[in-house]
Amino acid sequence: MKTIITSSGDNADSKFDLRFGRAAWFCVYDKETHTTNFIENSFKNSNGGAGTKSSEMAAELGAEQIISGHFGPKAKDMLEKFEIQMIELDDEELKVRDVISRIENN
Amino acid sequence: MQIAIASGKGGTGKTTVSVNLYYFLSEKYNNRVQLIDCDVEEPNDMLFFPQAKKEAEKEVFIIVPEIDKERCIYCKKCVEWCEFNAISIVQRLKFAEVNYELCHSCGACFEACSFEALTPVQNSLGSISDYRTTFGAGIVEGRLKIGSAMQTTLIKSVKKLADSNQHLTLLDAPPGTSCPVVETVATANYVILVTEPTPFGLHDLKITVELLNKIHKPFGVIVNKAGLGNNTIYQFLEENNIMLLGKIPFSKVYAENYSRGELFENIPVDVEKAYHSILGNLATIIN
Repeated sequence: MKTIITSSGDNADSKFDLRFGRAAWFCVYDKETHTTNFIENSFKNSNGGAGTKSSEMAAELGAEQIISGHFGPKAKDMLEKFEIQMIELDDEELKVRDVISRIENN
Repeated sequence: MQIAIASGKGGTGKTTVSVNLYYFLSEKYNNRVQLIDCDVEEPNDMLFFPQAKKEAEKEVFIIVPEIDKERCIYCKKCVEWCEFNAISIVQRLKFAEVNYELCHSCGACFEACSFEALTPVQNSLGSISDYRTTFGAGIVEGRLKIGSAMQTTLIKSVKKLADSNQHLTLLDAPPGTSCPVVETVATANYVILVTEPTPFGLHDLKITVELLNKIHKPFGVIVNKAGLGNNTIYQFLEENNIMLLGKIPFSKVYAENYSRGELFENIPVDVEKAYHSILGNLATIIN
Protein backbone atom coordinates (compact mmCIF):
# COMPACT_ATOMS: atom_id res chain seq x y z
CA MET A 1 0.00 0.00 0.00
CA LYS A 2 1.28 3.43 -0.92
CA THR A 3 1.11 6.31 1.54
CA ILE A 4 1.97 9.91 0.69
CA ILE A 5 3.63 11.95 3.41
CA THR A 6 3.91 15.68 2.76
CA SER A 7 7.50 16.77 3.07
CA SER A 8 9.37 20.07 3.07
CA GLY A 9 12.38 18.51 1.31
CA ASP A 10 13.55 15.63 -0.87
CA ASN A 11 14.71 13.16 1.79
CA ALA A 12 13.52 11.39 4.93
CA ASP A 13 15.36 13.82 7.20
CA SER A 14 13.25 16.70 5.89
CA LYS A 15 10.58 18.20 8.07
CA PHE A 16 7.02 16.99 7.72
CA ASP A 17 5.11 19.63 5.70
CA LEU A 18 1.82 20.59 7.34
CA ARG A 19 0.28 21.73 4.05
CA PHE A 20 -1.11 19.30 1.51
CA GLY A 21 -1.93 21.22 -1.68
CA ARG A 22 1.07 23.50 -1.28
CA ALA A 23 3.47 20.98 0.21
CA ALA A 24 6.97 21.27 -1.26
CA TRP A 25 7.48 17.53 -1.80
CA PHE A 26 5.51 14.32 -1.63
CA CYS A 27 7.17 11.29 -0.07
CA VAL A 28 5.56 8.17 -1.52
CA TYR A 29 6.11 5.42 0.98
CA ASP A 30 5.42 1.80 0.08
CA LYS A 31 4.60 -0.28 3.13
CA GLU A 32 5.21 -3.61 1.36
CA THR A 33 8.65 -2.83 -0.03
CA HIS A 34 9.65 -0.33 2.69
CA THR A 35 10.86 2.08 0.02
CA THR A 36 10.41 5.82 -0.38
CA ASN A 37 10.23 7.92 -3.50
CA PHE A 38 10.31 11.74 -3.31
CA ILE A 39 8.38 13.72 -5.91
CA GLU A 40 8.42 17.50 -6.11
CA ASN A 41 5.00 19.18 -6.01
CA SER A 42 4.85 21.24 -9.18
CA PHE A 43 1.57 22.83 -8.05
CA LYS A 44 2.82 24.31 -4.77
CA ASN A 45 2.86 27.85 -6.18
CA SER A 46 -0.34 27.69 -8.25
CA ASN A 47 -2.59 30.74 -8.09
CA GLY A 48 -5.55 28.49 -7.50
CA GLY A 49 -6.46 24.83 -7.53
CA ALA A 50 -3.31 23.58 -5.79
CA GLY A 51 -5.36 21.22 -3.62
CA THR A 52 -7.21 19.83 -6.64
CA LYS A 53 -4.05 19.28 -8.66
CA SER A 54 -2.13 17.71 -5.76
CA SER A 55 -5.06 15.34 -5.19
CA GLU A 56 -4.96 14.29 -8.85
CA MET A 57 -1.23 13.71 -8.55
CA ALA A 58 -1.83 11.50 -5.50
CA ALA A 59 -4.48 9.54 -7.41
CA GLU A 60 -2.20 9.04 -10.44
CA LEU A 61 0.55 7.82 -8.10
CA GLY A 62 -1.85 5.23 -6.76
CA ALA A 63 -1.75 6.40 -3.15
CA GLU A 64 -4.33 4.92 -0.81
CA GLN A 65 -3.69 7.28 2.07
CA ILE A 66 -2.12 10.69 2.64
CA ILE A 67 -0.62 11.96 5.86
CA SER A 68 -0.47 15.76 6.11
CA GLY A 69 -1.15 18.55 8.59
CA HIS A 70 -4.22 19.96 6.93
CA PHE A 71 -6.39 19.33 3.86
CA GLY A 72 -8.15 22.28 2.23
CA PRO A 73 -11.78 22.12 1.05
CA LYS A 74 -10.97 21.46 -2.62
CA ALA A 75 -8.46 18.74 -1.74
CA LYS A 76 -10.96 17.11 0.64
CA ASP A 77 -13.62 17.03 -2.09
CA MET A 78 -11.30 15.42 -4.59
CA LEU A 79 -9.68 12.93 -2.23
CA GLU A 80 -13.11 11.75 -1.12
CA LYS A 81 -14.01 11.17 -4.77
CA PHE A 82 -10.78 9.23 -5.29
CA GLU A 83 -11.39 7.27 -2.07
CA ILE A 84 -7.99 8.22 -0.70
CA GLN A 85 -7.84 8.24 3.09
CA MET A 86 -6.77 11.55 4.68
CA ILE A 87 -4.83 11.46 7.92
CA GLU A 88 -4.17 14.72 9.72
CA LEU A 89 -1.13 14.94 11.93
CA ASP A 90 -0.70 18.30 13.59
CA ASP A 91 2.93 18.14 14.61
CA GLU A 92 5.38 20.34 12.73
CA GLU A 93 8.36 19.13 14.76
CA LEU A 94 8.25 15.72 13.07
CA LYS A 95 10.59 14.63 10.35
CA VAL A 96 9.36 12.50 7.46
CA ARG A 97 11.43 9.67 8.94
CA ASP A 98 9.42 9.88 12.21
CA VAL A 99 6.14 9.64 10.31
CA ILE A 100 7.41 6.57 8.43
CA SER A 101 8.38 4.82 11.65
CA ARG A 102 4.92 5.52 13.03
CA ILE A 103 3.43 3.75 10.00
CA GLU A 104 5.80 0.81 10.37
CA ASN A 105 5.07 0.43 14.06
CA ASN A 106 1.34 0.43 13.47
CA MET B 1 -21.03 60.71 -16.36
CA GLN B 2 -19.84 57.91 -14.11
CA ILE B 3 -18.37 58.44 -10.65
CA ALA B 4 -16.91 55.46 -8.80
CA ILE B 5 -16.74 55.39 -5.02
CA ALA B 6 -13.79 53.29 -3.88
CA SER B 7 -11.56 52.78 -0.87
CA GLY B 8 -8.45 50.79 -0.22
CA LYS B 9 -9.40 49.78 3.27
CA GLY B 10 -12.73 48.11 3.97
CA GLY B 11 -14.99 49.64 6.57
CA THR B 12 -14.12 53.26 5.82
CA GLY B 13 -17.69 54.07 4.84
CA LYS B 14 -17.83 53.43 1.12
CA THR B 15 -21.39 52.16 1.27
CA THR B 16 -22.49 54.96 3.60
CA VAL B 17 -20.99 57.59 1.33
CA SER B 18 -22.38 55.92 -1.83
CA VAL B 19 -25.97 55.78 -0.64
CA ASN B 20 -25.72 59.27 0.87
CA LEU B 21 -24.35 60.72 -2.36
CA TYR B 22 -27.15 58.92 -4.17
CA TYR B 23 -29.57 60.67 -1.79
CA PHE B 24 -28.08 64.18 -1.89
CA LEU B 25 -27.17 64.14 -5.60
CA SER B 26 -30.67 62.88 -6.49
CA GLU B 27 -32.03 65.90 -4.65
CA LYS B 28 -29.70 68.22 -6.52
CA TYR B 29 -30.03 66.72 -10.01
CA ASN B 30 -33.77 66.17 -10.11
CA ASN B 31 -33.57 62.41 -9.42
CA ARG B 32 -31.48 61.81 -12.53
CA VAL B 33 -28.91 59.81 -10.57
CA GLN B 34 -28.43 56.06 -10.70
CA LEU B 35 -26.52 53.90 -8.22
CA ILE B 36 -24.86 50.62 -9.19
CA ASP B 37 -23.62 48.32 -6.43
CA CYS B 38 -20.51 46.76 -7.93
CA ASP B 39 -19.42 45.17 -4.65
CA VAL B 40 -20.83 41.90 -5.96
CA GLU B 41 -19.33 39.72 -3.23
CA GLU B 42 -21.23 41.53 -0.53
CA PRO B 43 -23.64 44.06 -1.99
CA ASN B 44 -25.10 46.09 0.89
CA ASP B 45 -26.47 49.27 -0.66
CA MET B 46 -29.96 47.77 -0.74
CA LEU B 47 -29.97 47.25 3.04
CA PHE B 48 -30.75 50.95 3.34
CA PHE B 49 -33.73 50.83 0.99
CA PRO B 50 -36.18 48.40 2.58
CA GLN B 51 -39.07 50.08 0.72
CA ALA B 52 -37.44 49.66 -2.70
CA LYS B 53 -39.33 47.67 -5.30
CA LYS B 54 -37.51 45.03 -7.31
CA GLU B 55 -38.37 45.63 -10.95
CA ALA B 56 -36.33 42.89 -12.58
CA GLU B 57 -33.83 40.16 -11.84
CA LYS B 58 -31.76 38.22 -14.30
CA GLU B 59 -29.19 35.51 -13.94
CA VAL B 60 -25.74 35.92 -15.50
CA PHE B 61 -24.12 32.92 -17.15
CA ILE B 62 -20.71 32.06 -18.51
CA ILE B 63 -19.80 29.26 -20.90
CA VAL B 64 -17.96 26.37 -19.28
CA PRO B 65 -16.92 22.94 -20.59
CA GLU B 66 -18.67 19.68 -19.81
CA ILE B 67 -16.66 16.51 -20.41
CA ASP B 68 -18.16 13.65 -22.40
CA LYS B 69 -16.46 10.62 -20.86
CA GLU B 70 -17.43 8.45 -23.85
CA ARG B 71 -15.28 10.61 -26.12
CA CYS B 72 -12.50 11.61 -23.69
CA ILE B 73 -9.28 9.64 -24.15
CA TYR B 74 -7.72 11.09 -20.96
CA CYS B 75 -4.87 12.69 -22.89
CA LYS B 76 -4.91 15.69 -20.50
CA LYS B 77 -4.25 18.23 -23.27
CA CYS B 78 -7.13 20.37 -21.97
CA VAL B 79 -5.65 20.12 -18.47
CA GLU B 80 -2.31 21.42 -19.76
CA TRP B 81 -3.98 24.28 -21.61
CA CYS B 82 -6.09 25.33 -18.64
CA GLU B 83 -4.38 28.25 -16.92
CA PHE B 84 -6.73 28.05 -13.93
CA ASN B 85 -6.38 24.39 -12.87
CA ALA B 86 -10.10 23.95 -13.45
CA ILE B 87 -10.01 20.56 -15.19
CA SER B 88 -9.22 17.35 -13.32
CA ILE B 89 -8.36 14.23 -15.26
CA VAL B 90 -6.97 11.10 -13.64
CA GLN B 91 -6.30 8.50 -16.26
CA ARG B 92 -5.75 5.68 -13.77
CA LEU B 93 -9.25 6.14 -12.35
CA LYS B 94 -10.95 7.18 -15.63
CA PHE B 95 -11.85 10.37 -13.83
CA ALA B 96 -12.70 13.56 -15.72
CA GLU B 97 -14.37 16.58 -14.11
CA VAL B 98 -14.45 20.36 -14.37
CA ASN B 99 -14.37 22.57 -11.28
CA TYR B 100 -16.73 25.40 -12.22
CA GLU B 101 -15.50 27.52 -9.31
CA LEU B 102 -12.09 27.71 -10.95
CA CYS B 103 -13.14 27.94 -14.63
CA HIS B 104 -12.70 31.45 -16.08
CA SER B 105 -14.55 30.67 -19.30
CA CYS B 106 -11.48 31.44 -21.43
CA GLY B 107 -12.35 28.72 -23.95
CA ALA B 108 -8.80 27.35 -24.32
CA CYS B 109 -9.89 23.79 -23.48
CA PHE B 110 -12.34 23.73 -26.40
CA GLU B 111 -9.44 24.55 -28.72
CA ALA B 112 -7.18 22.00 -27.05
CA CYS B 113 -9.50 19.01 -27.41
CA SER B 114 -9.21 17.10 -30.71
CA PHE B 115 -11.81 14.50 -29.75
CA GLU B 116 -14.90 16.69 -29.34
CA ALA B 117 -15.09 15.55 -25.75
CA LEU B 118 -15.90 19.02 -24.41
CA THR B 119 -19.34 20.55 -24.80
CA PRO B 120 -19.99 24.21 -23.93
CA VAL B 121 -22.66 24.57 -21.24
CA GLN B 122 -23.95 27.56 -19.28
CA ASN B 123 -22.98 28.09 -15.67
CA SER B 124 -24.57 30.71 -13.43
CA LEU B 125 -22.27 33.32 -11.88
CA GLY B 126 -24.85 35.27 -9.99
CA SER B 127 -27.63 37.72 -10.62
CA ILE B 128 -28.35 41.33 -11.42
CA SER B 129 -31.35 43.08 -9.91
CA ASP B 130 -32.94 46.37 -10.74
CA TYR B 131 -34.66 48.33 -7.96
CA ARG B 132 -36.88 51.37 -7.97
CA THR B 133 -36.31 53.64 -4.99
CA THR B 134 -38.44 56.48 -3.61
CA PHE B 135 -35.84 58.97 -4.84
CA GLY B 136 -33.24 58.83 -7.59
CA ALA B 137 -33.33 56.89 -10.85
CA GLY B 138 -32.96 53.49 -9.21
CA ILE B 139 -30.35 51.04 -8.00
CA VAL B 140 -28.77 48.14 -9.87
CA GLU B 141 -27.25 45.40 -7.74
CA GLY B 142 -24.91 42.61 -8.77
CA ARG B 143 -24.83 39.57 -6.51
CA LEU B 144 -22.16 36.92 -7.06
CA LYS B 145 -23.02 33.30 -6.40
CA ILE B 146 -21.27 32.03 -3.28
CA GLY B 147 -18.12 30.16 -4.28
CA SER B 148 -17.71 31.86 -7.65
CA ALA B 149 -14.41 33.63 -8.31
CA MET B 150 -15.71 35.52 -11.34
CA GLN B 151 -16.26 38.93 -9.77
CA THR B 152 -14.89 40.93 -12.67
CA THR B 153 -17.08 39.17 -15.24
CA LEU B 154 -20.18 39.89 -13.18
CA ILE B 155 -19.11 43.51 -12.57
CA LYS B 156 -18.71 43.93 -16.34
CA SER B 157 -22.29 42.69 -16.85
CA VAL B 158 -23.66 44.84 -14.03
CA LYS B 159 -22.05 47.95 -15.47
CA LYS B 160 -23.74 47.35 -18.82
CA LEU B 161 -26.89 48.52 -17.06
CA ALA B 162 -25.42 51.97 -16.52
CA ASP B 163 -28.04 54.32 -17.95
CA SER B 164 -26.34 56.99 -20.04
CA ASN B 165 -29.60 58.97 -20.17
CA GLN B 166 -29.15 59.82 -16.51
CA HIS B 167 -27.13 62.81 -15.43
CA LEU B 168 -24.97 60.66 -13.19
CA THR B 169 -24.21 57.02 -12.48
CA LEU B 170 -22.57 56.23 -9.15
CA LEU B 171 -20.54 53.01 -8.97
CA ASP B 172 -20.06 51.59 -5.48
CA ALA B 173 -16.79 49.66 -5.83
CA PRO B 174 -15.59 46.68 -3.79
CA PRO B 175 -12.89 47.37 -1.18
CA GLY B 176 -9.22 46.78 -1.91
CA THR B 177 -7.20 47.43 -5.05
CA SER B 178 -7.48 44.15 -6.93
CA CYS B 179 -9.09 43.26 -10.29
CA PRO B 180 -12.75 43.84 -9.24
CA VAL B 181 -11.84 47.41 -8.20
CA VAL B 182 -9.94 48.04 -11.42
CA GLU B 183 -12.92 46.70 -13.39
CA THR B 184 -15.31 49.00 -11.51
CA VAL B 185 -13.29 52.20 -11.90
CA ALA B 186 -12.18 51.44 -15.48
CA THR B 187 -15.10 53.29 -17.09
CA ALA B 188 -15.49 55.96 -14.40
CA ASN B 189 -14.81 59.59 -15.32
CA TYR B 190 -13.93 60.36 -11.73
CA VAL B 191 -13.21 58.39 -8.57
CA ILE B 192 -14.09 59.36 -5.02
CA LEU B 193 -11.87 57.64 -2.47
CA VAL B 194 -13.35 57.20 0.97
CA THR B 195 -10.84 56.89 3.76
CA GLU B 196 -10.56 57.31 7.51
CA PRO B 197 -7.92 59.27 9.47
CA THR B 198 -6.18 56.22 10.92
CA PRO B 199 -2.81 54.59 10.11
CA PHE B 200 -4.67 51.73 8.37
CA GLY B 201 -6.79 54.16 6.40
CA LEU B 202 -3.69 56.06 5.26
CA HIS B 203 -1.75 52.90 4.41
CA ASP B 204 -4.48 51.55 2.13
CA LEU B 205 -5.24 55.00 0.71
CA LYS B 206 -1.64 55.25 -0.50
CA ILE B 207 -1.96 51.93 -2.37
CA THR B 208 -5.22 53.06 -3.97
CA VAL B 209 -3.75 56.43 -4.97
CA GLU B 210 -0.86 54.58 -6.59
CA LEU B 211 -3.32 52.42 -8.54
CA LEU B 212 -5.40 55.37 -9.75
CA ASN B 213 -2.31 57.30 -10.81
CA LYS B 214 -1.15 54.28 -12.76
CA ILE B 215 -4.44 54.02 -14.67
CA HIS B 216 -4.69 57.82 -15.01
CA LYS B 217 -7.98 58.34 -13.21
CA PRO B 218 -8.79 61.74 -11.73
CA PHE B 219 -9.85 61.42 -8.11
CA GLY B 220 -10.57 63.21 -4.86
CA VAL B 221 -10.74 62.05 -1.27
CA ILE B 222 -13.47 62.09 1.36
CA VAL B 223 -12.24 61.60 4.91
CA ASN B 224 -14.97 59.80 6.81
CA LYS B 225 -15.09 59.51 10.61
CA ALA B 226 -13.13 62.76 10.82
CA GLY B 227 -12.09 63.56 14.37
CA LEU B 228 -10.90 60.03 15.07
CA GLY B 229 -7.28 58.92 14.72
CA ASN B 230 -4.66 61.50 13.79
CA ASN B 231 -3.77 64.13 11.20
CA THR B 232 -1.22 62.28 9.06
CA ILE B 233 -3.83 61.61 6.36
CA TYR B 234 -4.28 65.36 5.79
CA GLN B 235 -0.51 65.87 5.56
CA PHE B 236 -0.38 63.11 2.93
CA LEU B 237 -3.16 64.74 0.89
CA GLU B 238 -1.47 68.13 1.07
CA GLU B 239 2.00 66.85 0.21
CA ASN B 240 0.64 65.02 -2.83
CA ASN B 241 -1.73 67.74 -3.99
CA ILE B 242 -4.73 65.49 -3.67
CA MET B 243 -8.10 67.18 -3.57
CA LEU B 244 -9.89 66.84 -0.24
CA LEU B 245 -13.55 66.76 -1.23
CA GLY B 246 -14.71 66.89 2.33
CA LYS B 247 -14.62 65.61 5.86
CA ILE B 248 -17.55 63.77 7.38
CA PRO B 249 -17.40 64.08 11.15
CA PHE B 250 -17.54 60.94 13.24
CA SER B 251 -20.91 60.77 14.91
CA LYS B 252 -21.99 58.01 17.27
CA VAL B 253 -25.66 58.82 16.69
CA TYR B 254 -25.12 58.49 12.95
CA ALA B 255 -23.30 55.17 13.38
CA GLU B 256 -26.23 53.89 15.46
CA ASN B 257 -28.68 54.97 12.73
CA TYR B 258 -26.50 53.17 10.18
CA SER B 259 -26.52 49.93 12.15
CA ARG B 260 -30.31 50.05 12.19
CA GLY B 261 -30.35 50.66 8.44
CA GLU B 262 -31.82 54.14 8.92
CA LEU B 263 -29.41 56.36 7.04
CA PHE B 264 -31.81 58.97 5.73
CA GLU B 265 -33.72 59.65 8.93
CA ASN B 266 -32.48 62.12 11.53
CA ILE B 267 -29.23 62.88 9.68
CA PRO B 268 -27.12 64.92 12.18
CA VAL B 269 -26.83 68.57 11.13
CA ASP B 270 -23.03 68.50 10.87
CA VAL B 271 -23.12 65.35 8.69
CA GLU B 272 -25.67 66.93 6.35
CA LYS B 273 -23.54 70.07 6.20
CA ALA B 274 -20.52 67.95 5.26
CA TYR B 275 -22.38 66.35 2.36
CA HIS B 276 -23.55 69.72 1.07
CA SER B 277 -19.98 70.95 1.16
CA ILE B 278 -18.87 67.80 -0.75
CA LEU B 279 -21.61 68.46 -3.32
CA GLY B 280 -20.24 71.98 -3.71
CA ASN B 281 -16.75 70.63 -4.38
CA LEU B 282 -18.09 68.02 -6.80
CA ALA B 283 -20.00 70.67 -8.78
CA THR B 284 -16.82 71.63 -10.63
CA ILE B 285 -16.26 67.97 -11.58
CA ILE B 286 -19.82 67.02 -12.52
CA ASN B 287 -20.58 68.79 -15.77
